[in-house]
Amino acid sequence: MTLLELEGVTASYGPVQVLDGVSLSVPEEGAVGILGANGAGKTTTLRAISGTVRAGGRITFDGKDIRGMRPDQVAALGIAHVPEGRGTLGDLTVRDNLRVGAYLRKDRKGVDQDIDYCLDLFPNLQERITSNASALSGGEQQMLAVGRAIMSKPRLMLLDEASLGLAPSTAKNVYDAIRRLRIESGIAMVVVEQNANLAFTLVDSATVLETGRNALTGTSAELRGMDEIRRAYLGG
Amino acid sequence: MGKFVQLVVDGLSTGSVYAALALAIVLVHQATGLINFAQGGMAVLSAYVAWWLTNQGLPLIVAILLAIVFSVVFGALVERWLMRRFERGDPDTAVVVTIGLLTLITGFAGWLWTYNNQQFPSLFPLDTVSFLGVSVSVRSLGTTAVIVVAMLLLQGLFVGTKLGLALRAVAINPQSAAFSGLPVGRLLMVGWGLAAALGAVAAALVAPQLTLTPGMLDNALVYALAAVILGGLTSPIGVVVAAWIIGILENLAAVYVPFIGFDLKVAVPFILIFVVLIVRPQGLFGRKTVVRV
Repeated sequence: MTLLELEGVTASYGPVQVLDGVSLSVPEEGAVGILGANGAGKTTTLRAISGTVRAGGRITFDGKDIRGMRPDQVAALGIAHVPEGRGTLGDLTVRDNLRVGAYLRKDRKGVDQDIDYCLDLFPNLQERITSNASALSGGEQQMLAVGRAIMSKPRLMLLDEASLGLAPSTAKNVYDAIRRLRIESGIAMVVVEQNANLAFTLVDSATVLETGRNALTGTSAELRGMDEIRRAYLGG
Repeated sequence: MGKFVQLVVDGLSTGSVYAALALAIVLVHQATGLINFAQGGMAVLSAYVAWWLTNQGLPLIVAILLAIVFSVVFGALVERWLMRRFERGDPDTAVVVTIGLLTLITGFAGWLWTYNNQQFPSLFPLDTVSFLGVSVSVRSLGTTAVIVVAMLLLQGLFVGTKLGLALRAVAINPQSAAFSGLPVGRLLMVGWGLAAALGAVAAALVAPQLTLTPGMLDNALVYALAAVILGGLTSPIGVVVAAWIIGILENLAAVYVPFIGFDLKVAVPFILIFVVLIVRPQGLFGRKTVVRV
């Protein structure tokens, strides 16, 4: 059963066409990677899904056309966007950041349980729970950004460069936690990542974008076996 | 001693009016990250609405309540149809827009109701009560009490409610807030509407004393901004305490510091602004914003 489907999606910033017919299919509880060089349109694809950039083509979520919806409407349907640069709310405490994530939920008990779950998933956040988000390290902010997305109980999570600017060991910790989240929650994921090695630890399949188009699509195993992918994205 | 207490209580009362405007400014700042220079002008407009309604024969309290409702709607509309066009751009542009709005509202009120002073009836009786050996006007006490209640409600809103948390989240990062499903546009309108209501309360409290003119709150706005800087933009309790300090110091300085006198007492808040900005830029009660890269 397909949860998210993109067909021929286009988008531009002013006169510059960034997406030129991107397609993507994410099954229920599946995880799909988007790889590609800088400027290939990875982030813009996520922004088209979450409604932060105006897009053409077809974008359906759970059979429903979501193209043209506002970001908060898309979020209300169960899509949580963890943006590049993390987007944590600097002047709010870690706990309040998590509570903002649960804004649309009415089940207080479930919210408290999910805060505990986030702290279990990211133990670093436990000791920083009353600190302002702006005082956290880069890795902790990334964990908080993912935690805030978890709090909305999404069916689909859009992860944009979760490893960006992190030390390799920290990046690995973050991805380990996200993998555990995926197994335990069944949240479907679209994973944009420069570091293809990290991405392949999480996703079942991936597509490679080049100048706003799908250049290659395949399962993780298939893509890992290809010479051109190894050369371009896996460091030899 | 009697004179001193009298000056302090009067200062508390005028300080309370600065406090109400300052609270409105803090509310808008918490919800949108902007300083609204038109806050006083919008408040004066609502006072005119209340005054006009009493002239139509409505009881004062009903007229004031209706004027507050008018203010909520007006504040929300200003956000929706004017400020929203500037919110994504340079914040300085938006601030200049609020200054333009102040000029526009003042001119509009003068055109509609003239620049003559109008008598505005008082919500509180003109009696005095004896307190620590001095007589204190009921109006001073009533004004102060109303502001204390407003301050506590606002503090409770920001710290204790989901709506308050949502307003703060939208101010810090509208896009992240939207990613969590917060209806950003609607929350901004709520923030502006609530702030305008607070301004309306301030105007209704001060109008009997100052008499109603289009520029009635221009001076008060300067004091309110001083209170906001002194108290810290993030703390409702802080700005109220700061507004009281300013009101009291201003009164005391006028009487006890000979070279200041009544002519120079307007300088008191400015001196405070300078000192605070140099010594403690986040305000006496505000939290320091830590930026980590």
